Amino acid sequence: METYALIGMMSVVTAGLTIAIGSVGPALGEGRAVAQAMSAIAQQPDESGTITRTLFVGLAMIESTAIYCFVVAMILIFANPFWDAVAPVAGG
Amino acid sequence: MTISPDNVVYWQYGPFQLNATLVFTWVVMALLTIGSWLITRRLSTGTELSRWQNLLEVVVTGIRDQIEDVSHQRAGRYLPFIGTLFLFIIISNLLNMVPGFSPPTGSLSTTTALALCVFVAVPLYGIAREGPLEYLRHYIRPTPLMLPFNLIGEISRTVALAVRLYGNIMSGTVIVGILLSLTPFFFPVVMQLLGLITGVIQAYIFAVLAMVYIASATSARRQTENAEAAEETDEDRSSD
Repeated sequence: METYALIGMMSVVTAGLTIAIGSVGPALGEGRAVAQAMSAIAQQPDESGTITRTLFVGLAMIESTAIYCFVVAMILIFANPFWDAVAPVAGG
Repeated sequence: MTISPDNVVYWQYGPFQLNATLVFTWVVMALLTIGSWLITRRLSTGTELSRWQNLLEVVVTGIRDQIEDVSHQRAGRYLPFIGTLFLFIIISNLLNMVPGFSPPTGSLSTTTALALCVFVAVPLYGIAREGPLEYLRHYIRPTPLMLPFNLIGEISRTVALAVRLYGNIMSGTVIVGILLSLTPFFFPVVMQLLGLITGVIQAYIFAVLAMVYIASATSARRQTENAEAAEETDEDRSSD
């Protein structure tokens, strides 16, 4: 029972930390990318199509790191592999 | 709450499971096939168009223009593959609005299958355009030292394609599910609207990234030719 509670606690805390830290970096990066793209469009309005497309592709690349963190957090909360290993011991 | 429609099983016979992912994939496929069949059954070449033919022409020419913009090549050979990816993903993401529909792209198995299609299509297009040797030489460029990094990059970008699409769509579903239990009426609708934007952008990005990968595999010869031509002119200049 002790191990079960410990794993649950650690999973919840780690999931929170994962989302918290994992969203700060991509947020800063995306903010920088959008700001640069805005000034680029302001300087060259004719190229806005190319800039926008490149911006979206780049944003998706940056955002995927945040998405990885989110997926890991979801796995820790909803599909934790360690609970399955411990659950029979805790139940018995 | 389930984080994947794989776990919703409608019907089971022995080891075969009919889960929600399969059912809704077939729904999307049927919708696309029957829709295009109905529209293209009577096309007109005159000035009088039905509104559905107009819609389909806008979609097809839009995809074609985007492919030509991204790859700087003619779109004809890539249009069926890229267009199918885009239409399938965007329809299943947008149908997320329909109550009771769980998008097949919110399951890791569907997105892995789509990413594997891209993983196979990149060498196929590359070899068809350049020949096998020229395509394989692509991996040891600029130096043979880069071979392991190129191989790892090939695999990691496939994983990234799959997990990116899955994570975006699944996060929309999960957040709406969590908000439904906290603030039931208003905020889930707002998050659904955000999910519409995310769905369209992710479909676009999946198609554009697939096209970028294919274009990078098929344009190696042109780049080396340009580079050799540039070197020759440099040598000419230096000899002068």
